[in-house]
Amino acid sequence: MIRISIPQSADLGEVIEIKAMIQHPMESGYRRDEMGRTIPRDIVAHFSCRFESQVVFKTDWGPGMAANPLLTFFARVNRAGTFYFEWKDLNGKAFKTERAIEINR
Amino acid sequence: MIRIPGIVWVMLLFSAPLWSDEVTSFADREDLDPVLVQSGYEWLTPESKALQDDEFENPGWLWVERGRQLFASDSGEPSCASCHQTSDLIFSSSATRFPRWSDSQQTLINLEGQINQCRELRMARESFALESSEMLSLTAFVSQLARGQPVNVALTEEVKPFWQAGRDYFFRRKGQMNLACSQCHDERAGQRLRGDLISQGHPNGFPLYRYEWQSLGSLHRRLQDCDAGIRAEPQPLGSEIYLSVELYLAWRAGGLTLESPAIRR
Repeated sequence: MIRISIPQSADLGEVIEIKAMIQHPMESGYRRDEMGRTIPRDIVAHFSCRFESQVVFKTDWGPGMAANPLLTFFARVNRAGTFYFEWKDLNGKAFKTERAIEINR
Repeated sequence: MIRIPGIVWVMLLFSAPLWSDEVTSFADREDLDPVLVQSGYEWLTPESKALQDDEFENPGWLWVERGRQLFASDSGEPSCASCHQTSDLIFSSSATRFPRWSDSQQTLINLEGQINQCRELRMARESFALESSEMLSLTAFVSQLARGQPVNVALTEEVKPFWQAGRDYFFRRKGQMNLACSQCHDERAGQRLRGDLISQGHPNGFPLYRYEWQSLGSLHRRLQDCDAGIRAEPQPLGSEIYLSVELYLAWRAGGLTLESPAIRR
């Protein structure tokens, strides 16, 4: 599951708050199961948010991140368009979603 | 005069229940004063309270959203929404009435049991495994519908033996540490267990998001943790004894409102 909090519309030039959360165990790779076997690392390592073709926010994560990571960041809106959100885990699997935003008239 | 060695005095000091009548000493504590009944929410830090109250940042809502999808559509097959409307007040408050007696199964069932009964009998599908992502999502969604409504289990004649068994379990000393649930959650609620505050042990927030689990979990998973914590044998998820304890705890928490998906340490 992915949850995004973003306004549907904004004033021209307004700075908006964006929140993005993804459901993910973020298994660090340091823990062991009941039998003493290492639980393989399974983390989301890369996140990026694009507005149309422009990268707005980008971050790389390590095994210290807690499960179900939540990000809050800000972006200035200069025109109507679409935000594209993408998480990538260590195996290259991508989780994507998008949200359109309009300019208040 | 008989001299008693000092070590014996120390042993007597720490083993009071051995020579007081265990049953009568607990009897007057059986029922918490309703005025003093406090949800686990009250024992949280301000930060955790804020997280629980924030419907976006509270990670439990990830499961609620997934549950909403599962409830509504099941790829063309009959879904929960084929029979139940979330706008129906009887249905939306149903989580407050579990565990309850099931006429068709002739036993006590909780919300998980009801969901699996629906799937097997009405939808002719496989039941969900307990603690599976699907089961947690659905129980979280249905419990969330009853958010803010008081726990309201019915103590009918059929469920009385279960209630009694649950109560016995709550007051019975068990495990290597020889502790009963009541010794922490009745007698020492509000005191500290190492770095943690001891709550009264109410079930009104389940399924809930626990920091320790980094995930949503059910009451039965929590009970397993409690039993393991006092070095007693954890009972299976969905077992009759845990269902009985769930009934006793729900009755004991009567009046508290549902908080699922709650946040706890």
